[in-house]
Amino acid sequence: MTQTKNAGELAVIAKRLRRHIVEMITAAKSGHPGGSLSAVELLVTLYFDHMRHDPENPKWVDRDRLIMSKGHACPALYAAMAECGYTPLDQLNTLRKLGSMYQGHPDVRFIPALEASTGSLGLGLSLGAGMALAARLSKSPSRTFVILGDGEIQEGQIWEAAMFAPYHKIDNLVCMVDYNKIQLDGFVKDILDLEPLTAKWRGFGWHAIELDGHNIPALQSAFAEATYVKKRPTVIIANTIKGKGVSFMENNPKWHGTAPNEEECKRALAELAA
Amino acid sequence: MTHELKLGAATREAFGHALVDLGRKNPDVVVCDADLSKSTYASYFAKEFPERFIECGIAEANMVAIGSGLAAGGKIAFVSSFSVFVMNKGFEQLRVTAAFPMVNLKVVGTHSGISIGEDGPTQMSIEDLSLACSLAGFTVINPADEFAMKALVHAAAEMHGPVFIRAGRAKAPIIYNEDHTFEIGKAIEVIAGTDITLIGTGLLVAECIRAADALLAEGISARVIDIHTVKPLDREMIAKAAAETKAIVVAEEHLVDSGLGVRVAQVVAETHPCVMEFVGVRNTYAESATPEQLLDKYGLIARDVIAAAHRAKARKS
Repeated sequence: MTQTKNAGELAVIAKRLRRHIVEMITAAKSGHPGGSLSAVELLVTLYFDHMRHDPENPKWVDRDRLIMSKGHACPALYAAMAECGYTPLDQLNTLRKLGSMYQGHPDVRFIPALEASTGSLGLGLSLGAGMALAARLSKSPSRTFVILGDGEIQEGQIWEAAMFAPYHKIDNLVCMVDYNKIQLDGFVKDILDLEPLTAKWRGFGWHAIELDGHNIPALQSAFAEATYVKKRPTVIIANTIKGKGVSFMENNPKWHGTAPNEEECKRALAELAA
Repeated sequence: MTHELKLGAATREAFGHALVDLGRKNPDVVVCDADLSKSTYASYFAKEFPERFIECGIAEANMVAIGSGLAAGGKIAFVSSFSVFVMNKGFEQLRVTAAFPMVNLKVVGTHSGISIGEDGPTQMSIEDLSLACSLAGFTVINPADEFAMKALVHAAAEMHGPVFIRAGRAKAPIIYNEDHTFEIGKAIEVIAGTDITLIGTGLLVAECIRAADALLAEGISARVIDIHTVKPLDREMIAKAAAETKAIVVAEEHLVDSGLGVRVAQVVAETHPCVMEFVGVRNTYAESATPEQLLDKYGLIARDVIAAAHRAKARKS
């Protein structure tokens, strides 16, 4: 696995992940392309630059941990893990098929290197807080990263965990909101608006950083900043574009949970050519 | 002979003492509670090991997933609250964050059943065994007295995987002693008998013993079995009782529709079908009163076990 600080190289990996995502979901004939494509730079910056982890030793006790709480975006997670070498690249297109390790939502029974089974929204931040606490109790340098969907934080448990982590001064925990502004039924603001979102997290005691979630250098410096923030957790409000990188998918609620057909797949891959 | 059943400590208090022992033995034991530690007796652990006690506030669902995260991070994580809150509010968290990955989470639900008394039905858990047993891979334990609780808390900590332990608020009659050994998954024949089998769990084991004494005075030899591990069941002991006594009464402080009784009936149906009767809460929620008044009104005392035994005997012959 290559780890790099070079934003240009990370952008190349991001494009490769997007191609995997489109191909996987096309082959599966179902899945969630929009929210997978919006989370790509978050995952790439974490897996290929920031996180301390070792695909050769996935159970390394002191590894950093990542929880994809918005489990339906697992094609992005699978593509990142496969590119790292955790799982086979040549089986990505078995997504959602009988016997595949690439389940419809992440399942540790099928991929032991996953940190959590997710797919029921709202659980990941509490889990991450527990993992971060375990590391602190064990005096381990391990840090925990949790990616939340924007629609997901309509779940009340997110706010229970948001209250819990700053109170317990859990500073080895970083939470990200993939704020792509769209959920299954439409635009977030038309369903259950989250605003003022950054102010809400600050009000709960988090160190909050708002940024463009597709800007890799911005993400790099935000993760670095989070490392130095003590006595409280950090949240990154990542403004993203649902369906990012595929023009006809961008910012269109239709692509929350619809698979592209063969022709759409071709058009998408042409736009994502290296 | 008549068994003298002295009142001992509540099983929740025995849980509190067992946690402290565990904490001394193993630095990886951590405990979470949701603002009920003085009632669950997790406070004993909190007092001795404040750095390993995590107060989660009144947020049981959050607590369960935090506990799963601690367990995934290598800890033996206990989460405790009233059974009704941790099981009902934390159920989906138990399913996805504990049962799916089979993490080392130990869930302790106190104030189970209706013997909690005056607080009334919102605080009473009469469906917790059913919920816990429906979680794939979970081990489900319901100790009858303080000695059973202490031993089984240790056993739960020693095994890997998710466990639910049910505890009560009321003082529990003493059935065992310090030297008795308990093995998860192995039921205990408390009284030998040949005419009928009375199977109890938790507080109802004592009622089965009292019923057996009364039945013996009538010339009926009743076997009494304590099923402290509701899942996995001791199939062998149940099948043997069905084959040898050909009549079984199951008594529990739980809804009869979905608790130990139906699980025992499944084993009986699969092995040696025989006459069965069930003692438990029937399709209702209880109310506020003293524990004794409630157990009497809702039909959960020795009198009700005896009546069920008579019905079973009549159907058997």
